[in-house]
Amino acid sequence: MRRYYLSKLCQALVTISLVVLVVFALLRFMPTTGYFSKEEYREMDEVARNAYLRSLGVLDPTLVQLKNFLAKLFRGDLGRSMTLYPKSRIQDILRDKIKYSVMFNAFSWVVSAVIGMPLGIAMAKNKGGFVDSAGTAYVVAVRSIPSIIIHFFVQVYLSKWLGLPMLFKMNQPASWILPTISLSLGSIAGYAIWLRRYIVDEENKDYIKFARVKGFSQNYIMVRHVFRNAIVPIAINFPSDLLMLISGSLVIEGLYSIPGMGGILIKSIQAMDNNLVQILVLLFSTLSVFGVFLGDIFVSFVDPRIKLQDKED
Amino acid sequence: MESHDVASYQDLPDDLFTRAEFREELVEDTGFSNYSYWQSTIRTFFKSTVVKVTVALVLVLVTFTFAFPYISNADPYKVSLSSKEWNLPPSREHPFGTDGVGRDIWARVWYGTRTSFLLALVVAVLEVGIGVIVGAVWGYYRKLDTLMFGIYNTITNIPSTIYLVIIAYIMKPSIVTIIIALVSSGWISEARWFRNKILALREADYNVASTCLKTPVNRIVSRNIVPHIMSLIIMDAALTIPSSIGSEVFLSFIGLGIPAEMVTLGNLVNQGRSAFLVYPFQMIFPTAILCVITVSFYIIGNKFADASDPRNHV
Repeated sequence: MRRYYLSKLCQALVTISLVVLVVFALLRFMPTTGYFSKEEYREMDEVARNAYLRSLGVLDPTLVQLKNFLAKLFRGDLGRSMTLYPKSRIQDILRDKIKYSVMFNAFSWVVSAVIGMPLGIAMAKNKGGFVDSAGTAYVVAVRSIPSIIIHFFVQVYLSKWLGLPMLFKMNQPASWILPTISLSLGSIAGYAIWLRRYIVDEENKDYIKFARVKGFSQNYIMVRHVFRNAIVPIAINFPSDLLMLISGSLVIEGLYSIPGMGGILIKSIQAMDNNLVQILVLLFSTLSVFGVFLGDIFVSFVDPRIKLQDKED
Repeated sequence: MESHDVASYQDLPDDLFTRAEFREELVEDTGFSNYSYWQSTIRTFFKSTVVKVTVALVLVLVTFTFAFPYISNADPYKVSLSSKEWNLPPSREHPFGTDGVGRDIWARVWYGTRTSFLLALVVAVLEVGIGVIVGAVWGYYRKLDTLMFGIYNTITNIPSTIYLVIIAYIMKPSIVTIIIALVSSGWISEARWFRNKILALREADYNVASTCLKTPVNRIVSRNIVPHIMSLIIMDAALTIPSSIGSEVFLSFIGLGIPAEMVTLGNLVNQGRSAFLVYPFQMIFPTAILCVITVSFYIIGNKFADASDPRNHV
């Protein structure tokens, strides 16, 4: 077992260091205007700009910059935003934003599991019937139409029909409903189609037929055999879902003007705020790598096959 | 059990049986099956009505889109200076109306569809092409596993949107940037998928036999393996089209897409979106065409995947 954990941990660490290296190196190609606020850029002349950039350490060789960046990172200093929130510390900016993204993602996570899983099971039971066709049509639509279009129409039409506010306000819980629905649409489809396909495939397997021959009830077989196996890949994604709660959704936070983490990435890109973009991209990537790692660990508790395989080695 | 069967057979009266006529041409027939993989795949594929309709729809759309510049002289870039021409509702002259500066949306939609189609096509060809080649090499040389799985983990562990965003941020916004961003994040999953398929094929007995007979590797790959994965190639190419078009819309939404002067479906949808509450038609028409394309290709890709599976051939 220990070997499995160790290899997964190494894998995660190697991936994270590669990501940091690549992202950091790529961002060195960005124009240096992203290190000035608008007023500063206008006021300074070429010499002053160069001196300023040198004082920031931006003109150093890439490796030296990387060393300084990492050293600061380990001291818990994420650097400062330059253009979007001139001169404020990035950790302070992010602290405000995280709670909104966590809140919405937690809501939508519950909603999509509660709706998606029963939908998938219902579709499998009703194979070829109305529920199945309707569910399939829903999945095809959600998966093939670009999400922005769906989110936009949800925002415009559902807010009109249900009389809900179109933009997010923290002190008005009714305005939380539409973003939650939008966030859940995709993962409902994901859960539903996965469970349906899995249950349908599994129905014809020998061990299920054998269980039926033994006289177990359909429900017992479903819960103890089919569902237990189907849940494994969902369990793999469980920790990364939890960690990705922080990252928020780029599109939905933009549409509903939720002051969360996804929205800030878009804004920092539009403002060409190099430092902020760098931290956000690294943060999101590290979180997702870490999430995959935790998923591998978590699944070793859920899936007995991993333990068996490890013993064989 | 067996003795019982034999006994019952002998008990049957002879007049139930008639002697078959001897026919020379049928002598060889038993050993030969006229099963053809491609024929069966295509027959199974076109059996469903949904497929017939979507394929017809896509053919009509593609033909019309690419013929449009030759059959109509409507200019998608022509700006009108008089405000009477702005934001016109659909009419005979402008079937989809005009936008905020008097440009004809009908022409813009078809030019935009053409750009988006070409973009999606290039991405599909590059992504699947690179995926097949790398996957073939990877499947053949197991030594590459450590390196390739490293690359695979690095790329797939990062959400693809983040990846798209950072590449589009670093490079200048243009069609080439979007192509590079999409292909560079997508090729590795394709390569992995083809690697698994090719690995399974490589271990097949007839290929082991070929290797024993000293058939060169490139010949085994080109003759024994690539033809077997043709259907997978088609299916994957069809499925990347909706996702490429979707990514283009996404990038233009966050302001990292193709420059707004160029007509693409993503730009049209986003320009229409800002005017949606006042002039809904400016967004509805481009969106409808876009959805028809993405949904059709998604259905075609999935149905083709089902049809190309020999287990579904009757």
